[in-house]
Amino acid sequence: MEPLKPFSASLVPLPIENIDTDQIIPARYLKVTDKNSLAEGCFTDWRQDPEFVLNNPRYQNGHILVAGHNFGCGSSREHAPWALKAYGFQAVISTYFADIFRNNSLKNGLLPIVVDAETHQALLDLAEEAPEAEVHIDLASQTVTLPNGQKAFFPIDPFSKTCLLEGIDELGYLMKQTPEIEAFEVSHPARVQTLQP
Amino acid sequence: MPKTLFEKIWDAHVVSHPPNSPAVLYVDLHLVHEVTSPQAFTELRQRGIKARRPLQTIATMDHSTPTTPRGADGLIPVTDAMAVTQLKTLVDNCHEHGIPVFELGTEKQGIVHVIGPELGLTQPGMTIVCGDSHTSTHGAFGALAFGIGTSEVAHVLATQTLLQNKPLTYEIRVDGQLQDGVTAKDIILAVIANIGIGGGTGHVFEYTGSAIRSLSMEARMTICNMSIEGGARAGLIAPDETTFDYIQGRPHAPQGADWDKAVAYWRTLPSDAGATYDKQLILDANTLAPMITYGTNPGMGMCITECVPDPKQYSDNSQKMALDKALAYMDLQPGQPLLGHKVDVVFVGSCTNSRISDLRLAAQMIKGHRVAEGVRMLVVPGSQTVKRQAEAEGLHKVFVEAGAEWREAGCSMCIAMNGDQLQPGQYAVSTSNRNFEGRQGRGGRTFLASPLTAVASAINGVVTDPRTMVAERAFEVAPA
Ligand code: SF4
Repeated sequence: MEPLKPFSASLVPLPIENIDTDQIIPARYLKVTDKNSLAEGCFTDWRQDPEFVLNNPRYQNGHILVAGHNFGCGSSREHAPWALKAYGFQAVISTYFADIFRNNSLKNGLLPIVVDAETHQALLDLAEEAPEAEVHIDLASQTVTLPNGQKAFFPIDPFSKTCLLEGIDELGYLMKQTPEIEAFEVSHPARVQTLQP
Repeated sequence: MPKTLFEKIWDAHVVSHPPNSPAVLYVDLHLVHEVTSPQAFTELRQRGIKARRPLQTIATMDHSTPTTPRGADGLIPVTDAMAVTQLKTLVDNCHEHGIPVFELGTEKQGIVHVIGPELGLTQPGMTIVCGDSHTSTHGAFGALAFGIGTSEVAHVLATQTLLQNKPLTYEIRVDGQLQDGVTAKDIILAVIANIGIGGGTGHVFEYTGSAIRSLSMEARMTICNMSIEGGARAGLIAPDETTFDYIQGRPHAPQGADWDKAVAYWRTLPSDAGATYDKQLILDANTLAPMITYGTNPGMGMCITECVPDPKQYSDNSQKMALDKALAYMDLQPGQPLLGHKVDVVFVGSCTNSRISDLRLAAQMIKGHRVAEGVRMLVVPGSQTVKRQAEAEGLHKVFVEAGAEWREAGCSMCIAMNGDQLQPGQYAVSTSNRNFEGRQGRGGRTFLASPLTAVASAINGVVTDPRTMVAERAFEVAPA
């Protein structure tokens, strides 16, 4: 994975709570066997509405989604972050993320950024007043910086942070645990065998 | 220190805990299906890695598979070209890695969360994962079971482990006795309505209390299945005699001396007296009523006799917007009752409610009645095994005589990937687990409910309180 560098981008406001992964990428798009063809399906049903924010010319250049509480709930489909990335999003900012979505996003370099309600509102106001305005995101210092200089800190677990900053791939990391895994398997025989008994 | 069931399983599976890293957690059983696995196998292929433990892995087909009747050749026809490719990709991948796979229409194929338990693969104390959020179902056996993403599917295939941060614990205690017409599905819908769909995020649920203890295994699975709808990746129920009785004699259950050893170990798993949880919710089963959802997430639920809430009651703007949007999508008004609301489709199926006990209950309810004029009712068994059992008991005849469709096994209208779907604007009463916008077909509107409520509504053609009908019917088995 490419190391994640600091970046600046403008916002797309979507302040609805509990946006589930069936909206981010409806199930009928899950018949693919690759990851790259999902941009078309991203929020596709909501995009049928001409008023939907992704159809609003003011937000065509936005690459950071500012979403309502508990974003990404529901299905475990990793197609959700794949679709958001394919559509052009680099980060999602919310006050809260569903567990599996957050994990999946971190593994794909799509930053799930948790901010407090006040910062969240400030970002929504900014998007409303100045759609072209960019915020700066720096993972190393774990900060989101607004154009007026206001900074907000966001939490991230240290391991995911290191992986993203250094481009460490988790599967490679786990493979290096092979001696420990072998030792575990010696002392813990398999509980079931899936071959027909 | 007294430990919870969760902590005992967690501690027994930590392979290592490198500094500044999550724990490396060993996975006993990995379940695989066609939708969330192809990209993981590609990842392995690109790195030249073979599956580490193919015989601790099992694959089935369920999501994109048709449930339409078999052709003259005895096979289930697949007409969608993308589904054909996806199913073939699964078979090829499994053959390449030596992973057992149940192909479409074969003896043991079915929904991934139905087949694990029925084959006896799901056992107490295990760690079980699948690229599927309803893996929480298997927690009914006292196994730590949770959904993972496709990157993690690759991790498990390659290493049989996952990097995991330890979640918090959340006790959901339900004491008392359910009234007639109220089922396990109503318990879990009530829990989710209570805590909201994000209420359990970061936690593992443990369901305790006398009402939980008195449930059958299949009813316990219904409850654990929907833990994820409360935001928790996993939900557990301590194993007991009910659990052991269910497992004993199943194809993959331990036998002879191994059985005794296994049971002795399983008996050590329940949470110790004095063990504490990070959070707790207490519900009284005596006061629970049949539940139904009115909105577009499973937390938007209420007693079936209540009225649709008013978005104005929320001071929080994002909550208000979500409910406004939900009611607009559902075409419902604040203050409106759902009882008597018209229904176009009734779906009995999904990993929540497609097991033999669900079908028995549905059949008992519908026997001697007909599906109302203009209503389409689908009954989709969870697996080929469930289907055969139901047919041996003649349940399929009861459904067909009542005017319902009897289908092949699979996810079907729970996720609407296979052509079984609602038309835009249609209303369904569904025994599945998700009522998200478009979940059962673009523009389709879902009321989630128990199998009893679903069948009562099919008979009357409108949303119906099953208690009004259960009272007239002599049930041979207690609703469970
Ligand atoms: S029945 Fe529905 S919820 Fe269950 S595994 Fe299938 S699609 Fe997922």
